[in-house]
Formats: sequence, C-alpha cells, structure tokens
Amino acid sequence: MFIFSEILKKHDWIEIRDSIQSKTASDVEAALYKHTPRSLGDFQALISPAAAPYLEEMAQMSSAAAKKRFGKTIQMYIPLYLSNECQNICTYCGFSYHNKIKRITLKDEEIVREAEAIKKMGFEHVLLVTGEAGKKVSMPYFKHALSLIRPFFSNISMEVQPLEEEEYAELIRLGLHSVFIYQETYNRESYSKYHPKGKKSNFDYRLITPDRLGRAGIFKIGLGVLLGLEEWRTDSFFCALHLKYLQKNYWQTKYSVSFPRLRPAAGIQLGSFFENGNGTSHFITDRELVQLICAYRLLDPDIELSVSTRESRNFRDHIVKLGVTSISAGSRTNPGGYSLYHESLEQFEINDDRTPSEVASMLEKQGYQAVWKDWDRNL
Amino acid sequence: MEILVIADKKFNSRLFTGTGKFGSYSLMREAIIASGSELVTVAFRRAGASNDNGDDIIKYLQIPGVALLPNTSGVRNAKEAVLMAELAREALETHWVKLEIHPDPKYLMPDPVETLNAATDLVKRGFIVLPYCHADPVLCKRLEEAGCPAVMPLGSPIGSASGLQTKAMLEIIIDQSNIPVIVDAGIGAPSHAAEAMEMGAHAVLVNTAIAVAGDPVQMANAFRLSVEAGRMAFEAKLGTTKKEAEASSPLTGFLGV
Repeated sequence: MFIFSEILKKHDWIEIRDSIQSKTASDVEAALYKHTPRSLGDFQALISPAAAPYLEEMAQMSSAAAKKRFGKTIQMYIPLYLSNECQNICTYCGFSYHNKIKRITLKDEEIVREAEAIKKMGFEHVLLVTGEAGKKVSMPYFKHALSLIRPFFSNISMEVQPLEEEEYAELIRLGLHSVFIYQETYNRESYSKYHPKGKKSNFDYRLITPDRLGRAGIFKIGLGVLLGLEEWRTDSFFCALHLKYLQKNYWQTKYSVSFPRLRPAAGIQLGSFFENGNGTSHFITDRELVQLICAYRLLDPDIELSVSTRESRNFRDHIVKLGVTSISAGSRTNPGGYSLYHESLEQFEINDDRTPSEVASMLEKQGYQAVWKDWDRNL
Repeated sequence: MEILVIADKKFNSRLFTGTGKFGSYSLMREAIIASGSELVTVAFRRAGASNDNGDDIIKYLQIPGVALLPNTSGVRNAKEAVLMAELAREALETHWVKLEIHPDPKYLMPDPVETLNAATDLVKRGFIVLPYCHADPVLCKRLEEAGCPAVMPLGSPIGSASGLQTKAMLEIIIDQSNIPVIVDAGIGAPSHAAEAMEMGAHAVLVNTAIAVAGDPVQMANAFRLSVEAGRMAFEAKLGTTKKEAEASSPLTGFLGV
C-alpha cells in the first residue's frame, strides 16, 4: 500500500535543512511573484532565512489570499478535555505518565455538564481531547462520549490517540467530523527522544494515521508539528510534504494546519527544549511564526490555518488578519475545567484568557465576523 | 428590461447574491439591499446557530422582497445533498434549493455525477432545484431534462475572480438552453458580470467579489448597475463587430447586381 512513510524515506533531513538554508533572495522572489500554484520548493524559499526581509510583503499577500478564499470571517472552536490519564511519556507534556498529578476521566454527568457550560458560551464547534490510556479511554468510551455530546454541537472534532481505520469509520458514522493528529516532530531520532515510552513512541504508526483517516472518509484532518521540539523550518517542510501527499491521495478530505508552540506545563523545564547540543535553540520567535503561517497560506490558499490560546492576546489580535482561519477562545486544558474542577491539572498554560465573546468583539473591531456554526449535526 | 421568470417566480433583478465571507452580518445586509438582488443564497450549514452570540445569519436576511435560496454547500454526494435540502426545506420553509455538491474541498469543483443524481431525486421530491455545475453543455441539457428550472454553470473556479474562463462553453449552453442560465462563480468584477449578461446569460450570482471588496455596499451597487447595463445591451442587440476589413477586390463582384 502507498503510504506516507514510503515518501518520508526518500527525503533526508540534513539535505532538506541545507536546501532551505541555501535559499537566496532571488529564490524567494521567484516564489513570491509566480502566477502558478506554488511548489514545495517555493515553500522552502518562503520559510528560509532569506525570506525574512520579505515578511511584510508575505503578510500582505497572505492576508489578501485568505480574504479572497475565506472572506473576513474566523471560525470559532473550543477544546473539551475528557481525560488527562495517559500512559505515554512525552517529555514536554503536563499529562506525561510520570507526572504525579490528579488523573481524571469525565463520567457521563460530568461530560454533559461540561458540554452545557461550553454551549452556554455560544460554541457550536467542539474539539474533544484526551491523553492516551488505552484500557480506560478507548473506543467504548469515545463512542459513548460522542453520543452524549452530539446533541449539543454542530461539529465535533477529536484529538486523541491514533486509532484504526475501522474505528475511525465507526466514529464518523456516530458524528465525528475532524481529527487532529500532530506528528509533533517529523525527525525520527528526536521523536524517540521526546517519546521514550508508551504507545506513542511508535513513530510510524502515528505517521500513517492520516492515511487511515483518509481511507475512513474523514471530513477534515488537522496536521502540525509541536514548534520547539526540532528545527522548525525543516520540520515544517516535512509537515507541508505530508499535507501535499494527503491532498493528492485523499482529495475529498479537507485539511488544516495548526501551529502549537511549546508552552510551560507542570513538571516541564521549558528551557531544556530550546537548546540542542550545538548551543543553538529550537525556539521559534513571533516573527518566524508569522513567516511560517504566511508561507503556508501562500503554498495553499485553500488550507485552514488554526491558532490556539497557547498564543498571547497581542499575538492573536494581529495574527487573525494574516491568513489564519480558525481560533479557539475561553479554553481550559484540564478535564472538567469549564464547570467542575477549576483546580485540576492543565495540559499546558493558557496564554490568552479572554472570554469567547471578548475574542469575538476583538474580531469585530478588526472588521472580521466570528463564525460559530459552519456545519450541521445531521450530516 | 424583460422580467426574468424562474419556476413561475418573477425577478426584476438579474443579480443574485451570496452571503458568505462578509466582515459582519449588518454589512452583508446593507450590501444585499444595495445590490437590488431578490434572491440570496445561504449555506444551510451556517444557519440555525442556537446561541446568543449574534450568529443568527437568517435574522439578517429577512429583507422585504428578497427570497432565500438555501444551498447544500459542504455535502459530498447526492445522499447528503438530499438530506440537507430536506433539512433546509423544513427549517427555512422554502422548497427552493441551490444544489451544490463539491466533494473536493480545495477547489470546490462540482461533482457532475452526484449533482445530476441529486437533481433528479430532488425534483421528484418537489423541490425547485437550481444546480451549480460545470460549464458543460451536455450536463446542462441533462439537468434541464431532469426538471431543473435553471442551471448555474461556473464562469471560472469559485472565488477565483478570474472572469468568464469558460466563455466558449457558456455560449453553447446559453444557445442550447430552454431554461434560464445563471452564471455562477468566478465573476470578480462588474465588467465580468456585464460580459456575461451581454452574452445572453439570464442572470449572474456574485458573492466573493462583493463580500471582500474594500466597500462591499458600493461594490454591490456597481454590480447592480453592470448587470442592468449588460442586460440592456443584450436586449438592444449589440452590433456585430467585423474582425477583418472589407476586402478591396470582392470575390463575388463578378456576379453583378
């Protein structure tokens, strides 16, 4: 079977990194000013250091491209954390197995209370999130949770452990619309370092999850790398490569890309992630993140681009005009966080704590309409 | 100007508009009013938000003289389209539907096979079906035979603002059609709309070009005028333009008078 792991084998990390680093101003200009769809080579130029002086121009073009395709609208969503139990060790995550925290998996009445609380804030699009605790939080739990949650919302997404194709197909029949599955990093060695134990340590199984989703007929797949784990330009190239591969093979599926940057979390020393052996840093600056977002928009005018409350109020206020299409608001990243346990442990710290209506008014002030409902639960 | 009739409904305006992509609902409403449009299409999936965030698009579309045309945007096949049309008929109390089936979420290309199947089924279910389709003359005839009271072929890819790229096909469609032809998608400027109307298109549907303009209300007005001008020119019968100069030694001169 033709799957992405075969494509990945043909691309060498170091070669790609060097290729991006060697891009010149004329490569960037060729990528910027072309009238035909841009290639992955153009994407390399646009995310390269050589493109830095072109940032304002990229932002103008990205903004115009998003406006043309999506208009002056931003889709609103919110995460609903169902469980923080996790058997994986992910060295950057607050839910990591070794973290001595209170573990909670929401029960029926708790799920309903959370759904009601979220609904009250006005949301129609909800993202269900869990850790990976196979015995306790797996298909039977997901199916049951979906049946409880579906009556409340128009559109349901999931960000949980990778599942099998038939399992996805079953969840889609029960009303699942989208699945977000971030590879975290496309660098196999680094991946092993950050994910030493648990099912998540299997790089390839995670890597071909979008293939399983595509075959199951999912409406939308969300991709992304966790920015801060590896050198962001090379990692993002691989994510774009993955995107292009998926679009050609599962052409009826919609795609979105998210840009999670590492955030402080309980038990995690962030400083350690931003230094590699050579004394350089994997940290991505605001300026570089804007460059990356604009590069994606110019690579693919039709892609959905999402920014969460990991980012600061100021950054989000400005980024909505630059080509982003969906944002979360009012998020809590702990199970029960909306109605039950304001104290339980968060997956990561929120960086923009405005209420959803405050975020919607911010959009309005900028001439953008917050879109709360863009799907129908009967579909 | 001749009154446009679709399925017994009369339209003074030949400009139909969309409701997506506007920066605010009040701006959308003002632009629709300025456009003079009497038929506006709205994605059913956007309707019916049950919250207090002011996301009730339908409320802003209650405009005297303006009929709602729910569309099935978002569905990927005939089955889903029929389901959505039924939901829309019940929720919005209209049996008019703009049939849109684009299983390809990137370029939003309409699926001709599923569209024809869905149109056939929906007509039997008593819907007034306006199908969004490729500028394919045979497909348009098949949709006419299926009982659609109008067809909506695309001028160029949706949202592309690149004008009548399918002009040669549109000319055939207009020439062959017994039902109104509404050019939908790709109209990026009032001049494109005027061009379609001069060619004999019965109406045009415009959304993005109005919604994302610097001043959507003024742009809506500009489209209203261009559609009227184009239609008037068509009805006035454009003079034919000669591509070559008159030959100095005529080939038929020997025939005498």
